[in-house]
Amino acid sequence: MLLDVQNIHKTYQTADGPFEVLRGIDLTLDAGETLALTGESGSGKSTLLHLIGGLDTPNTGRIMVDDHDIAALDDAGRAALRRGTLGVVFQQFNLIPSLKVADNIAFQARLAGQHDPAWDATLADRMGLTEQLNKYPEQLSGGQQQRVAIARTLAPKPRVVLADEPTGNLDEGTAAAVMDLMLELVAETGAGLLLVTHSDSLAGRMSRRLHLRAGQIA
Amino acid sequence: MNVKAFLLALFLPCTAMAQGFAGLGTDADGFTVPEPNPQFDFPADHGAHPDYRIEWWYLTANLTAEDGTPYGLQWTLFRSALAPEAGDGWTAPQLWMGHAAVTTPDNHYVTERLARGGIGQAGVTADPFEAWIDDWVLQGDWDTLRMTASAPDFAYDMALTAQGPLIFHGDAGYSVKSAAGQASYYYSQPFFAIEGTLQLPEGDIAVTGNAWLDREWSSQPLADNQTGWDWFSLSFDDGHKMMGFRLQQTDGNNFTSATWISPDGDTTPYTDGALVATPLAMSDDDVPVRWRVELPAQGVDVTVAAINENAWMTTSVPYWEGPVTVTGSHAGIGYLEMTGYE
Amino acid sequence: MTWATLQALLSHWWRNPLQLFTLLAGLALATALWSGVQAVNAEARASYDAAAATLGEGQYDRLVRRDGQPMAQAIYVDLRRAGWLVSPIVQGRLDGVRIIGVDPLTAPSGIGPVAPAEGTDIAAFLTGDGQFFGTAETAAALPDLNVIITPETAPNTALTDIGVAQRVFAKSGQIDSLIVLPGQPKGRADLATLAPDLILQPAQGGSDIGRLTDSFHLNLTAFGLLSFAVGIFIVNGAIGLAFEQRRPVVRTLRALGLPLRQLVILMGAELMLFALIAGLIGVALGYVIAAVLLPDVAATLRGLYGADVSGTLQLRPVWWLSGLAIALGGTAIAAGGALYQMAKMPLLAAAQPRALAMAAGRRARVQGIAAAVLLGLSAIMMVTANGLIGGFTLLASLLIGAALALPLILDRILAGSSKAAKSVTAQWFWADTRQQLPGLSLALMALLLAMSANVGVSTMVSSFRLTFTDFLDQRLASELYIRTENEAQSAALIAFAKDRTDIVLPIQNVDTQVAGQPTEVFGARDHATYRDNWVFLEQSVDPWDTTFGGETVLINEQLSRRAGLNVGDEVTLQGTPFAIAGVYGDYGNPIGQAVIGEGVFATLYPDITPRNFGLRMDPASVPDFVADLEAATGIPATQSVNQASIKAISLGIFERTFTVTTALNVLTLAVAGFAILMSLLTLATMRVPQLAPAWAMGMTRAQIGRLELLRAVMLALLTAVVALPLGLALAWALLAVVNVAAFGWELPMYFFPMDYARLGLFALLAAALAALWPARRLARTPPADLLKVFSNER
Repeated sequence: MLLDVQNIHKTYQTADGPFEVLRGIDLTLDAGETLALTGESGSGKSTLLHLIGGLDTPNTGRIMVDDHDIAALDDAGRAALRRGTLGVVFQQFNLIPSLKVADNIAFQARLAGQHDPAWDATLADRMGLTEQLNKYPEQLSGGQQQRVAIARTLAPKPRVVLADEPTGNLDEGTAAAVMDLMLELVAETGAGLLLVTHSDSLAGRMSRRLHLRAGQIA
Repeated sequence: MNVKAFLLALFLPCTAMAQGFAGLGTDADGFTVPEPNPQFDFPADHGAHPDYRIEWWYLTANLTAEDGTPYGLQWTLFRSALAPEAGDGWTAPQLWMGHAAVTTPDNHYVTERLARGGIGQAGVTADPFEAWIDDWVLQGDWDTLRMTASAPDFAYDMALTAQGPLIFHGDAGYSVKSAAGQASYYYSQPFFAIEGTLQLPEGDIAVTGNAWLDREWSSQPLADNQTGWDWFSLSFDDGHKMMGFRLQQTDGNNFTSATWISPDGDTTPYTDGALVATPLAMSDDDVPVRWRVELPAQGVDVTVAAINENAWMTTSVPYWEGPVTVTGSHAGIGYLEMTGYE
Repeated sequence: MTWATLQALLSHWWRNPLQLFTLLAGLALATALWSGVQAVNAEARASYDAAAATLGEGQYDRLVRRDGQPMAQAIYVDLRRAGWLVSPIVQGRLDGVRIIGVDPLTAPSGIGPVAPAEGTDIAAFLTGDGQFFGTAETAAALPDLNVIITPETAPNTALTDIGVAQRVFAKSGQIDSLIVLPGQPKGRADLATLAPDLILQPAQGGSDIGRLTDSFHLNLTAFGLLSFAVGIFIVNGAIGLAFEQRRPVVRTLRALGLPLRQLVILMGAELMLFALIAGLIGVALGYVIAAVLLPDVAATLRGLYGADVSGTLQLRPVWWLSGLAIALGGTAIAAGGALYQMAKMPLLAAAQPRALAMAAGRRARVQGIAAAVLLGLSAIMMVTANGLIGGFTLLASLLIGAALALPLILDRILAGSSKAAKSVTAQWFWADTRQQLPGLSLALMALLLAMSANVGVSTMVSSFRLTFTDFLDQRLASELYIRTENEAQSAALIAFAKDRTDIVLPIQNVDTQVAGQPTEVFGARDHATYRDNWVFLEQSVDPWDTTFGGETVLINEQLSRRAGLNVGDEVTLQGTPFAIAGVYGDYGNPIGQAVIGEGVFATLYPDITPRNFGLRMDPASVPDFVADLEAATGIPATQSVNQASIKAISLGIFERTFTVTTALNVLTLAVAGFAILMSLLTLATMRVPQLAPAWAMGMTRAQIGRLELLRAVMLALLTAVVALPLGLALAWALLAVVNVAAFGWELPMYFFPMDYARLGLFALLAAALAALWPARRLARTPPADLLKVFSNER
């Protein structure tokens, strides 16, 4: 089992008092499997993704990633997991604006000590970024930037790919093309994919699908 | 003002001072030089000779306290002339340096005074005799003398009584210092009985003993290949005394000289080679504090050992000066001075 | 991993050179200001340490004659022969150079920082025609003398043999003072029986000169502290902004799996590297500042206190190390806070300006409390403070408290204005300004400190100047002053002047000690010159009547304060008691002063004959009088000085006295202006999304740009309004607390509205200049960038 999430609860403190975003979530993901997480805004899907990505910690519950209990890890341990085992694609790309495209692609792999230039080149080629490698992110279109972000995520060959509305900032045509590429490459690496989206059509392309409503699996 | 640099030049009459002869009786700078067959004129010659480059009144004493502890004492007034004239006021070319020391078996107290001639701060008058620098004095008629010195950590006040005649070294007071003929006028009063009080940090100590007063003046006492000397004044238990010195030369050879003094003041001078002085042991700071001293002509073969090995005179010009014990063919006490080891 | 991270971190600066420049420049300027002031301080201090060493002043007890006159050389010999280890000194001035004659054989080692090289002809020094040791400048001032150039000699001082000095100053057989060597021998005789005329002046921790010039250094030190405060504000601002700008990158790096610990270490190392570079640049800049200022500092010290300071600068490890320490320490403090915040902040926290403002809002309460406490403390200190430490505590609490209070005050003003605003544009302007405040507050605090320092110091300087000018009128009342060479000249002068002047006033004084304080005692002739012109701080009924009558004494404020003497108290001169009839202001005088009647002066000090005379006459007849005097008596014009030229010299010296302060003022203001520029530039990128809606709703970009400029000037104006009372409080603290503690007298405080207006104008100008470029940049923001705000970029 690549990913095993059990009975997750997460509460935020707000001005109006505590707000329970997640109320007992369970899910699993196997290698090569793709799972869509859908739900309305505020249903807690992004929060769940952040918890699985070790970017935040749950109040209760257990998250096992590749047999590691995220809750039991310290910051350094979670960071190691993020750079080596997990890969996150954000809606807002989160590229490093001061690094060129090639450096952005290589960045996470270099952090993880798993830099493979040949694989970088393959990714750039497949993503159609070969011409853009010497440019800075701000010189790229949104679709190109997201392809850079995806290439960066896949460069260290993560076992789990987490994607948070990866095409949310893109127009429909671009979104479809980017998505195709991502699914293709994820399949090739054999990673498990957890995709947060509110697009039904996108969700339909995943092997499984979970719908979140008010912090619970519907 | 760093006085040390020029004091070295002025008061250690080594190579820098060795001027060539410029004419009969004077050197290149106009200083009078010693001539053989001196005719001394006392008390005038107890006073200063400003036309000679360098001169000293040099007293050492071996003292004993009531409890038998041995002490050594030194009182020295050096005169050094920048020009062969007495002069008056600050421009007088006569400089004075006083050294006083008390040596105990465990400590060595040293102090130094410097003064310009010409303003009354230091000088020597012959009649009545007084040698002084600041509050230090050596005064009297040479049959009896009073001697004082003071320092922040010690002082002494001593009375001296002569118990024998003046004696003259070398050829009737003309003392040759090198094979090249450098010489000085040199006489001594080695027969002083001395008593008085030492004021030391340990307390006031009443002492008695023997003192030896050297008078020497010259304008070129050392040859330019001579780097220092070892000087012995020994008083043997049988009443004989001996003065001997060894001048170290850069070629590794030595020039020696000695005077044998009988209890009633008859002298026998010995020229170069008669005296042999051999270092036996060095102190921690590499100065020979045990010597074998031989004067075969008088059957002398003794070991001279420092009472306190650390009798360094930490003055502008450092040297070693301290009381010694004598054992071997003759037993006794004495004083040892060593220069050229710093 | 480390290399990839470093590359990512450093590439930020490569891509944003302006931010890098502001960071480095901010750090460098803060360091420069600090190290410049320190350099001037260190240099001046080192210079008169050398001067003090040359004299042996401060280090050794000295014996001088009770009446201040030279003693006979025989006394020296008597003392030596009685066991006193003393060394004679003869000194005087020749062509303005201080000549010190010593006896090298008895002087304590280190009395003259002159170490003749090996082979120096000491015989020539002791017995020749005279050798002098001095710096190259001294040698140039004494072309006729054989000066051997010795750089380590004190400036404007030549060391020579005592015999030579006696000859040069015609003091044959005379000695000015005796240095008492440490470590006197046992059993020396009592001084009172040996030389009853001599008194022992104990060694002072610092010499008279040292103590006085220290007070000037106090001013510089106060400035150093101020510049340090300004610098720390700037460094803090620069670092804080550097972190703020990179918060999104930090979030990305962590999301990609960089451990927090490593991130903190790397960012810390990066900043320390920058601090080191900027610190070095800053120290170099500080050197330039100091080098430019130093001639004026030297002139100032010489003018004020007669202390000679070399007009050259040496690189001293002390101040460049302290400069680097400031750069590194300031960065460490600022970065420590920022790194701590970064570590505490949740990984996913957004980096929006609004969030920043809210965070600032949370801090406001703490800041407000701190400000209230500090201002409360300074209010208490204003009443109770005395002494230097109290004075500086007052200054520090006042300044820091006011700086901390500034953002809160401005926030209140802006909130009020926002409510009062009628038009929508105005309302938006006020609200937007208020939102900007947290980002600008550090720069504004720096401006506040710079301006208040400006107001405070210029108030002090100008007050000093007014008082001093009045004082000169009072004390240099005679139209002509003549110095005579000997008694024959004095007699000739008096005879000649009798019919041609209103009165001849002998000026005679003696250096002595009164109530344990070094004091010059004057004997004054009864005349309206004194009665009319002198202003008393405190007086009995008829101070002049009783003083000229020989019954009372008048003392200056310095003596009054130092010895705790007041009107009615008694002092003893030469064994004769005098009641104090008045205390007068004596500004700029380092030591105590006392005035008694001419008659009683002659009785007490029979050896003193006046050689200086003040002559009252019609100012217009002064030139003729001087010419006729020379013709009739042979007293040359060079021996006379007319009052106007004395005053001109005195005022000229005084004008230069505070050029340094002024220069530092300008610098501080410039640095504060730079802080504003920097803050505005760094805020500019955040401004785009805030301004875009205003643009979209119909304001032109030019309008927005003008408003940006206006905003900066308006904030500067508000800051100036706060700075004025703060500056005046500062001035008061300097005049009434610090000055009294340092100089021994209190200065009346005057107000100079025109100066303040000009300063305010400068501050506004600085702010406007600083805001000009950012405003232009905003005004020229391409519409596409503004549009992006509404597209997917945010």
